[in-house]
Amino acid sequence: MTTRIVDLAASSVRELNQALHTDKGHMHWQVLNPAGRHSIAAGLDAPATVEIDGHVGYYCAGMNKHASVIVRGNAGVGLAENMMSGRVHVTGDASQAAGATAHGGLLLVDGNASARCGISMKGVDIVVKGSIGHMSAFMAQAGTLTVLGDAGESLGDSIYEAKLFVRGSVASLGADCVEKDMRDEHKALLFGKLTAAGLAGAVDVGDFRRYGSARTLYHFHVDNVGAY
Amino acid sequence: MSDYHNPVTTPRKSATFDDYALSEIRRAAATGIYDIRGGGTKRKLPHLDDLLFLGASISRYPLEGYREKCGTNVVLGSRFARKPIELKIPVTIAGMSFGSLSAQAKEALGRGASAMGTSTTTGDGGMTPEERGHSSILVYQYLPSRYGMNPDDLRKADAIEVVVGQGAKPGGGGMLLGQKISKRVAGMRCLPEGIDQRSACRHPDWTGPDDLEIKIEELREITDWEKPIYVKVGAARPYYDTALAVKSGADVIVLDGMQGGTAATQEVFIEHVGIPLLSAIRPAVQALQDLGMHRKVQLIVSGGIRNGADVAKCLALGADAVSIGTAALVALGDNDPAREAQYQALGTTAGAYDDWHEGRDPAGITTQDPALAARLDPELAGRRLANYLAVMTLEAQTIARACGKSHVHNLEPEDLVALTVEAAAMARVPLAGTDWIPGRGNY
Repeated sequence: MTTRIVDLAASSVRELNQALHTDKGHMHWQVLNPAGRHSIAAGLDAPATVEIDGHVGYYCAGMNKHASVIVRGNAGVGLAENMMSGRVHVTGDASQAAGATAHGGLLLVDGNASARCGISMKGVDIVVKGSIGHMSAFMAQAGTLTVLGDAGESLGDSIYEAKLFVRGSVASLGADCVEKDMRDEHKALLFGKLTAAGLAGAVDVGDFRRYGSARTLYHFHVDNVGAY
Repeated sequence: MSDYHNPVTTPRKSATFDDYALSEIRRAAATGIYDIRGGGTKRKLPHLDDLLFLGASISRYPLEGYREKCGTNVVLGSRFARKPIELKIPVTIAGMSFGSLSAQAKEALGRGASAMGTSTTTGDGGMTPEERGHSSILVYQYLPSRYGMNPDDLRKADAIEVVVGQGAKPGGGGMLLGQKISKRVAGMRCLPEGIDQRSACRHPDWTGPDDLEIKIEELREITDWEKPIYVKVGAARPYYDTALAVKSGADVIVLDGMQGGTAATQEVFIEHVGIPLLSAIRPAVQALQDLGMHRKVQLIVSGGIRNGADVAKCLALGADAVSIGTAALVALGDNDPAREAQYQALGTTAGAYDDWHEGRDPAGITTQDPALAARLDPELAGRRLANYLAVMTLEAQTIARACGKSHVHNLEPEDLVALTVEAAAMARVPLAGTDWIPGRGNY
């Protein structure tokens, strides 16, 4: 397997993405000198591995399908937004809205994720080894958000059917988000997600607490108006 | 004894507390919830009807009505897109979702628009195969909720419309009540069946024009810079929104006045937020002109467009095309008096039916009820829409020829006068019979 190397000190993001979209002959890519540029590896649609050596800007791996993207650095806003499948791994921290609206795949953040992590998530699995910021999992529809550290204020505000697992503290829960029993089935689910993230045996599922929707806001009722 | 009786004054109702206001107070007191409905504003507003064309005279030659060509084509997306789209007529179909509309209605919109060489637009909830299949030119909306958003459909689209707002509710999100969240609709939106579905009012991963510029660039990267990218705003601050959309890299700006419809939102939102289309076009055009981008970034306007005269007036004020939603639904069969008995059964009357969110539309358009939806024949309804679009285009051409124009885009503000001071000020054309434009010059 040959690796195609693209140096963003010499090539543009457009040239990189065009190559990633059209060159199906290379299944392993290395991107050098990303220097915080935006939209790196956006719109991938092949089971390739893309290793990015450095920090990336907004929307890295946006709408990813099938590909495995590794960022050796920090990521800007909207990391792996609307990801459909595949895997995105950031070794550093992620900025706001990581995994926003993502439908599938695995997003793994070794560091912390900022505000609105998993906002409107639609089926993705997100694992954050550090902590997450406020308003994370806002209107989260489906999927799992697993946090080994702490969660900021208003976790899971207006949440639908996504499942949230937090090992540390939760500053506060948002509207209609409640703590739920951590039954065996949930421990098994969590163990599976941790295993996929390479964390099997590294942490104890018994240390996590589960949060989800109370489903009281699923049908608008005037008696709930104070919740909004 | 005298036959004289003290005269009794005629009972007098308040102009402020009119029958509608009284009924709304009673309804609010009884239910404790605001009124939700579909459609656009129903109040009388300064409107395109307040403008007139001058036509040709000694100083201007008209074109022969049935002999001399008057072009109607529009190219959209020529600024950055590698594959701009060309419409044969300057009338497009506005974004309306599968979910708010039945699959049959969406198919009919596609059929009608395609027959006339123009575009349709998806809505909040994603793209259906039927819609793509029946729409020769399909604009894919990119909304805050991102319901149904996926890169495959993004690449199938002919253009992408980033929705910031809409005229019926600038600054508002959406609500699709549980009655319309069928199994298929729920599946497309990744939500449980039958729940009330909320649509966010803000995009989840960008805030402000600087972020929008990066977001647009991402969409271009994903689609390899092929697709025209529109930015749709509700008419509120049209000068600045237009300027910022241009700055953000939009190919096309869609400006929706407060007469524009919605599938469902609060009545108070529809009637009290945003500005009329008439007042919005000139500031938007001014922004484009100030930036040297008029006709380079195209402007599509919408909100209350009903006929070819409205089309011609919008184009004369500087728009490149118009978009219709409510009028298109009427062409399909919405609010048809032929169904009066069915509207009466719902406690309303043909022409006033606006409970589109309840999913009980007798015409089978704003519903997910299979039996009701089956009432709409997509081929027949599509034909009606095509007819209507043809008439609008012919009417716009008629006016353009009368003004001596060989293309509808050659219409200009100098062809117009206003009937009211308000319209003159908003449209920045003279009051009829004068050279006075309020707010302009030394008056």
